[in-house]
Amino acid sequence: MEKIVLPDIKDIHILDVYIQNGGYTAAKKAFSQSTDDIIDQVKKSGLRGRGGAAFYAGLKWSFMPKTTDKPKYLCVNGDESEPGSFKDRQIFERNPQQLIEGILITCYAIGAKIAYIYIRGEYHKWVKLMQKALDDAYAAGYIGEAMKEKFSTDFYCNIYIHKGAGAYICGEESSLMNSIEGQRGYPRVKPPFPAQNGLWGCPTTINNVETITNIPQIINKGWEWFSKIGEPKHPGTILFGVSGHVNKPGVYELPSGTLLTDIIYNYAGGVPGNKNILCVIPGGSSMPPLRGDQLEGVKMDAESLKAAGTSIGTGGIIVMDEDTDLVKVLARIAHFYHHESCGQCTPCREGTGWLEKILKRILAGNGSLSDIDLLVTVANQIEGNTICALGEAAAWPVRFMVARFRDYFEARVSKEVNLQVANKVHSMRHTAIPLADLKN
Amino acid sequence: MDFKFTPENLARINKEIAKYPLKKSAVMATLYIAQEQNGYISNEVIKEVAAILEMTSEEVLGVVTFYTMYYQKPMGKNHIQVCTNVSCMLRGGYDIWNLVKEKLGVDNMGVTSDGNFSLEEVECMGSCGTAPMLAVNEDYYENLTKEKVEEILKSLTPTLSKGEGVKL
Ligand SMILES: Cc1cc2nc3c(=O)[nH]c(=O)nc-3n(C[C@H](O)[C@H](O)[C@H](O)COP(=O)(O)O)c2cc1C
Ligand code: SF4
Ligand code: FES
Repeated sequence: MEKIVLPDIKDIHILDVYIQNGGYTAAKKAFSQSTDDIIDQVKKSGLRGRGGAAFYAGLKWSFMPKTTDKPKYLCVNGDESEPGSFKDRQIFERNPQQLIEGILITCYAIGAKIAYIYIRGEYHKWVKLMQKALDDAYAAGYIGEAMKEKFSTDFYCNIYIHKGAGAYICGEESSLMNSIEGQRGYPRVKPPFPAQNGLWGCPTTINNVETITNIPQIINKGWEWFSKIGEPKHPGTILFGVSGHVNKPGVYELPSGTLLTDIIYNYAGGVPGNKNILCVIPGGSSMPPLRGDQLEGVKMDAESLKAAGTSIGTGGIIVMDEDTDLVKVLARIAHFYHHESCGQCTPCREGTGWLEKILKRILAGNGSLSDIDLLVTVANQIEGNTICALGEAAAWPVRFMVARFRDYFEARVSKEVNLQVANKVHSMRHTAIPLADLKN
Repeated sequence: MDFKFTPENLARINKEIAKYPLKKSAVMATLYIAQEQNGYISNEVIKEVAAILEMTSEEVLGVVTFYTMYYQKPMGKNHIQVCTNVSCMLRGGYDIWNLVKEKLGVDNMGVTSDGNFSLEEVECMGSCGTAPMLAVNEDYYENLTKEKVEEILKSLTPTLSKGEGVKL
């Protein structure tokens, strides 16, 4: 089976080896074509974003204004902080030159002179590896002014790394731009969208690292070739990161539409001790969890997963065996979103805290039946009422976990409503109203 | 006490500034350099960074407090971060966390009295496929077992001067 993003070629991360294997010929080819042609090919290839929302890459590029006095920018999203996701670091380490070539082609297509690769701060090692790859490519004349001569073209661009400093929210595209600008990483209200008003108010495109790494192969081998790999509506290969209760966790590059059970049992070696699966989150912790008995026949691509009641997200598959404490898992997930909420929107800032509090109460054995509905109510009040999608990311796991494992959660709470505690949650964080005051 | 960057670090900062159309964008990189030189982000550091990047001190403080990787107090020489998020938790992340906590005798964001170690419970570090994990300063240690953690802690001790380090 063909691999596009992480090919099995020894030392492909080294510039010379990359060049020996056809590296930078796609860029050369692209620069001899019109920018419209390139965008058209990416559109026809059907390439969809690998950063979470599976948006069509070519379509996104076409939103960039053709006539503008302002500089244009590309942001390459390598913030990779979604729990269960660890794929972009493989690209930084194992195929950074193909990422760079993809960035050159993307910059050319959208008319950007500068690209920023945003890499999460904790990835010190991968920042260094990526910087080394950039330095090598610069020294050899593949980036910057020198590329004019190298590729006999008028076009050139520069590529810089912007290192994050520990904030999941900075993976959200508008937060990422504020972070690059040197502000607090607050997400922005949309519209305006980045293609109109992005970095420093200029037209900007944001794409995930894996998305961009596909580009050189699409240009070299043609959009038709790409569009025939995997599921037609979400073609190509996807880097699936499998973690949790499997024998061989890791990243597997497989055609889109590969069966979820195939990935878990064949590639990731099945569940230790041959235990049953209780729950699987298929696309990183923000995505709706599936019950173990819902996995049969589920294909891993955006459309199939939508039909199965969940979402592809980042392709991070988290497997939980039958002995997993789901309340503990959900409480840990809720803690994460509470911790990472930037605090701009009241429903997210307060709601994520309430979710965590209720779940920790259930975990401690002090939950009541009404808590289960309360969880759903709070989740529903976050969803759709916030500036960015972290609201949904926090609400979905709770809403769907509770709906799909209702019996499990009911078994964990006492049947009587504990008014004393219920009241505490309904009130604001620091201002619990004494029960006596509520009675009249 | 005033804080001043070394000439080498000023040169590094200027390289960062050159990446962007506005100086302010170099604030994150500059804060990293400051933290490396000073150990943590003090109010004096904030003032100096603000002066260099033509920002207000409040703006710089706003950036410092937004991110988890800038520290406003001195942390240990070996800053140990343990991930307890879902994928790690499913593979014993909390056992690792509890073990390190017990060995160091400090809780989350605590620093040992000799200043050699500090501990932080962190969110997903992108090592879910090699969980459980911890990081010491900039280095990741993955596929951990309790035995491996004990070895790691032991291996860190010789880098410290006599009489320092954890009881193992
Ligand atoms: C809270 C939050 C965190 C996100 N984190 C990331 C991330 O780490 N990496 C990423 O590529 N996209 C992330 N995204 C999605 C980005 O906003 C954006 O859609 C994506 O980078 C676009 O790239 P793509 O079209 O190539 O997928 C995140 C979104 C949200 C709401
Ligand atoms: S939804 Fe949450 S994370 Fe997103 S902007 Fe609002 S408060 Fe911030
Ligand atoms: S959950 Fe620990 S590294 Fe991802």
